[in-house]
Amino acid sequence: MRISDRPAPPSLLWRDAEPGRAYDVVVVGGGGHGLATAYYLAKHHGIANVAVLERGWLAGGNMARNTTIIRSNYLWDESARIYEYSLKLWEGLEDELDCEILFSQRGVLNLAHSLGDVRESKRRVNANQLNGIDAQWVGPEEVGKLVPILDVTDRPRYPVLGATYQPRAGIAKHDYVAWGYARAADALGVDIVQNCEVRGFETSGNRVVAVNTSRGRIGLDRLALCAAGHSSGLAADLGVRLPLQSHPLQALVSELLEPVLDTVVMSNAVHVYVSQAHKGELVMGAGVDAYVGYGQRGSLHVIEEQLAAAVELFPIFARAHVLRTWAGIVDVTPDASPIVGHLPYDNAYINCGWGTGGFKATPGIGSVYADTIAAGRPHDLALPYALDRFATGRLIDEHGAAAVAH
Amino acid sequence: MLRIPCPHCGERDETEFEYGGQAGVAYPEDSAVLDDRAWSEYLFYRDNPRGWFCERWFHTAGCRQWFVVERHTVTDEIAGPPRADFTAKRRT
Repeated sequence: MRISDRPAPPSLLWRDAEPGRAYDVVVVGGGGHGLATAYYLAKHHGIANVAVLERGWLAGGNMARNTTIIRSNYLWDESARIYEYSLKLWEGLEDELDCEILFSQRGVLNLAHSLGDVRESKRRVNANQLNGIDAQWVGPEEVGKLVPILDVTDRPRYPVLGATYQPRAGIAKHDYVAWGYARAADALGVDIVQNCEVRGFETSGNRVVAVNTSRGRIGLDRLALCAAGHSSGLAADLGVRLPLQSHPLQALVSELLEPVLDTVVMSNAVHVYVSQAHKGELVMGAGVDAYVGYGQRGSLHVIEEQLAAAVELFPIFARAHVLRTWAGIVDVTPDASPIVGHLPYDNAYINCGWGTGGFKATPGIGSVYADTIAAGRPHDLALPYALDRFATGRLIDEHGAAAVAH
Repeated sequence: MLRIPCPHCGERDETEFEYGGQAGVAYPEDSAVLDDRAWSEYLFYRDNPRGWFCERWFHTAGCRQWFVVERHTVTDEIAGPPRADFTAKRRT
């Protein structure tokens, strides 16, 4: 698709609302999850007296920094259910929001490079199929047919021995997704309040009654945290400790190139994941930097390793140039699965810990989180993700399927 | 890339080191009596500050010693000399 063919952003976006005095629900965090949550609260539950508070500008955090990959081929039943639920919502999202989001189901290949990878991949395919997910195992020849520019010979140090393939996976344009949700939520009456930093909370007994912000005090009936990498600090203001570590996760794009890659390709073992965006740039994701960091930048050696892996797999990429690199702050849990549910207050909820997988979950968690907040009990799909699993031991270990080593 | 001051070898590139997370997390003294919540705290909960943080690093490609560095998690600035004492608490 040429640049001139891309749909223009919709003319009416959203009101830049002034903060009101009080709301039925205050959502903290104006990223994809926060906006989707507000939209579904208004759309499905008739709760439109909602504010989304954003410290910076709308969707300027991880929503602007991810690599836009959407898939549901996770190992465990709990994960497969919520990601597949999300993928099904993605499939109808353009109609739902009446907005072009360039959702392209171009398929994802997760490459296997060792006997261990092959066994793990086949196990995951089997688990996926039992959960009704369109995963299949493909050998190196088929991988080569799907992606002719991928070197499937035995030349690379870690040759491609096959891959899992999920044809319904794909990408979407992240900005359009955020704008689509923001516009639709705004149309239903949600206040989107930007440049509004949360500085603390007021509590009364076992309830949170207000949030103190850089733009004044805002009363609330229910509080929904949705702040990804900054969740630890917000929860600490409520006296709650979360098992999160915030890390920089880097990504980069090349200059605009002619179409050469129409499938998403991911490799855990040599560590790169790449797709080609509609306007032509190669979008690549790297690993997380090992250390705790909030600076939205990472170390160069992580980018170097990622590019080495990309060029090893795709020799043609050696001629491409890096245009831009950046980092988002991802909140990683010990089991690489999210935390969704109640905080230890009667009317406060948390959605965090999506680590490297938050974008693909946007519609799904928006819907599930809104239902959880509206009904005051965890949605069935959120139930396994309660904070208490770290004490009960019911962990959901998705380090293998999470795609980014951490 | 971070430049990490090793107390034994001097300042080196981050790629020579491995990260060890929060410093000063001691193994529970009387582990037999811990309940699930206390075990969970020891196993899974670590500080995650936006600001100064005492953290452990291991000089994998050098002296192969653990030590503690105090680093600011937004600016990556490192405060003072590193310490070989890994129960060390924050100075800032």
